[in-house]
Amino acid sequence: MTDPAPEPLAPEIAALQPAVAEREPPAQGGTSVIAIEPDRIKIDIQNLDFFYGKSHALKSVSMSVARNAVTAMIGPSGCGKSTLLRTLNRMYGLYPGQRATGRIMFDGEDILGRVNLSLLRARIGMVFQKPTPFPMSIHDNVAFGVRLYENLSRADMHNRVEDSLRRAALWEEVKDKLHSSGLGLSGGQQQRLCVARCIAVRPEVLLLDEPTSALDPISSAKLEETVTQLKSDYTIVIVTHNLGQAARLSDYTAFMYLGELVEFGDTGSMFTKPVTSRASDYITGRFG
Amino acid sequence: MALSTARVSQRRLANVVFVTFCVLVTAVALTALALILFSLVSQGAGGLNADVFTKSTPAAGTPGGLINAIVGSIMLCVLGMLLALIMGVLAGTWLAEYAGEGHYGSVVRFLNDVLLSAPSILVGLFVYEILVAPFKGFSGFAGAVALALLAVPVITRTTEDVLKLQPTSLREAAVALGSPFWHVVRAVLWRSATSGILTGALLAFARISGETAPLLFTALNNQFFSWNMAKPMANLPVVIFQFALTPYTDLNRLAWAGALIIAASVLTVTIIARFVSRESKPS
Repeated sequence: MTDPAPEPLAPEIAALQPAVAEREPPAQGGTSVIAIEPDRIKIDIQNLDFFYGKSHALKSVSMSVARNAVTAMIGPSGCGKSTLLRTLNRMYGLYPGQRATGRIMFDGEDILGRVNLSLLRARIGMVFQKPTPFPMSIHDNVAFGVRLYENLSRADMHNRVEDSLRRAALWEEVKDKLHSSGLGLSGGQQQRLCVARCIAVRPEVLLLDEPTSALDPISSAKLEETVTQLKSDYTIVIVTHNLGQAARLSDYTAFMYLGELVEFGDTGSMFTKPVTSRASDYITGRFG
Repeated sequence: MALSTARVSQRRLANVVFVTFCVLVTAVALTALALILFSLVSQGAGGLNADVFTKSTPAAGTPGGLINAIVGSIMLCVLGMLLALIMGVLAGTWLAEYAGEGHYGSVVRFLNDVLLSAPSILVGLFVYEILVAPFKGFSGFAGAVALALLAVPVITRTTEDVLKLQPTSLREAAVALGSPFWHVVRAVLWRSATSGILTGALLAFARISGETAPLLFTALNNQFFSWNMAKPMANLPVVIFQFALTPYTDLNRLAWAGALIIAASVLTVTIIARFVSRESKPS
């Protein structure tokens, strides 16, 4: 019996193939997590365990998220990527029976401790897998979060809305229909509206949970462009099933498997010289 | 591969029989409805004239109309629906968003379902005991409360159902912006569920607008025009009930006219509400 040929790779990864071929055969099992210089750390996750009732979904995860950089989370379905993302803004707190232990230090404050959840979530914004426009006008969608925390004049609010829509690369498409419903936009536009709504609050961190998985390739490309532009001002964590996307967008990549953080390193070496065999197998398409 | 034509034609036959049965049953139901509407219009239209909308209920043999009963019914229904909307929407919201799977929530849900099918005459007697007997007098307020108690379970149930249909992602998206949960409910979920809640309110309105039994024990009736809800109040259902039982043809005719007015107003309100909820939906 011979192994089946690996699936064709995305061009971004295929370009990196020679390097993959030259590397040492990786060690079996094991984990590898790089450390980030302390002054560049925005979020520091320490020994995080997560439980859905009795099921142990995250096992002693420790890693850091660097300031003003994009960190990608990759791994097969059900490995805990989204769970990890949802601990960072305590979204799991909406559901009884879900709990996290460990520490997540965010600018010196433990997210898992006693914090004002609304303020925390205003500082750590999130965009979801499926677009979730609210049943109101495009303008009001973007203004929704801002109105919670700031009392802006009509003109200032308009500027904030315009600025957010521009940053989300949606302004040109909607500037003439700001007062029509956000539900009337296409899927890709709705998702960029959600990004605009999120950054209008001026968060410090953006959590993106598979933001392009419900979008067509052209809309996905536009959203990726948006993320690249936002990188200079925000700390971004993105969960994705698309390895090409992780390679294109991110500075750091975390590979997770069965609730464990297997490998965390800078994206360049992760995709060229993965240290662990499991990450190497996943990236070269041998499983997952 | 040999297709069994016998089995195919057997299935065709079964299909024809079933569809025919469905059509026949629908026709029976619709025929009954058409007959009711026909007799209502043919008997009621003759009684409609300017007096109906300008004069109060008469004694037998004297000219009169229904204006006191029409105004009374509107006041009772509006106040009743107002009370019921406040209680029903809040209760339904609590059940859908806050009660979870807890014990208390399921008890409330069960009791609400019981109330949903409670005989309206019991509700009338209950309100008689708590609002009529202690205050020694029938009143419009008691009538409105009785109608509200009938409408609350309908509104509670539909509000809960419609809110539970709203996608989890909508709640999470609003919460993720730093919105406190009560604000998510008020600014996003209610808005998104408006047309469903409105449908529930309409069902409730249709139910209470023709209720007679609870009003007999509470608002009673009033032969004269009155704005005073602290006193007995005329209303269409009780007037219809009393006039239909008299041997006088002029009063009988007013009763038919009243029935037609109730049916027409429920229809009108339903059409307006459908129109409004369609307008508010995105294109």
